[in-house]
Amino acid sequence: MDFTYHVEGGDFTNAGSTSSEVKRMLKKLGVSPDIVKKTVVALYEAEVNIVAHAYRGDINVDLEEDKVRIVLADEGPGIPNIDWAMQKGNSTASQKVREMGFGAGMGLPNIQNNSDELKIDSVVGQGTTIEFVNYFNK
Amino acid sequence: MTIEEISTLVQGEFVCGESFKNREVARVFASDLMSDVLTIRDTEGLLLLTGLCNLQSIRTCEMSDIQLMLVVRGKVVTDEMIELAEDNDMVIVRTAFSLYKTAGILYGAGIPAIY
Repeated sequence: MDFTYHVEGGDFTNAGSTSSEVKRMLKKLGVSPDIVKKTVVALYEAEVNIVAHAYRGDINVDLEEDKVRIVLADEGPGIPNIDWAMQKGNSTASQKVREMGFGAGMGLPNIQNNSDELKIDSVVGQGTTIEFVNYFNK
Repeated sequence: MTIEEISTLVQGEFVCGESFKNREVARVFASDLMSDVLTIRDTEGLLLLTGLCNLQSIRTCEMSDIQLMLVVRGKVVTDEMIELAEDNDMVIVRTAFSLYKTAGILYGAGIPAIY
């Protein structure tokens, strides 16, 4: 099964609505609560990142028998130094994002901690693609 | 201790989820940083004590399977937040006390911290 959702940059009212839908779907399919939680925590952090940093993005959720693969591709400023961004505490978030309870440089490390496989590609001036996979039997 | 007993201790009021007032609170985590809340793996019986009162604090509870939230300083909880909280069977209690005072009362009552 394959689903795609659209996310608008700056739309803090709806930030998390895709994660919410995916959570409902995974629960309905009987995926174990631990896997549902780690998947939606990683997805929510990544969704908030699109809202906080990008102009727009698409989230593709691919459900297979043994795993879920989620790809978040955004159009935005990109990440100049991924290694720097992966370190806890490093962030370029605006004051607005910080007021929402994010922007402390924990998002990417949280995504890493809640995914079995993670790949980040970014082109400065074009955008960022985050792909992560979680296996159901772990 | 139940969420109702906690509400009484901090002179709080139920904003939503009063029908779940007998839920047990096992531990408390106090934070305004939602990314920090999202790091907690075991959220069974966890009460989130926070001064951050917006849609994202409710969303964070939704993703983290946290069903008990105590908002300090009498912050306004909007209808949109209540609707989202109710969709997730959450309890929201509000107190006029500060985060520091509320945390002190709960810690003094013997409710364990998460770290």
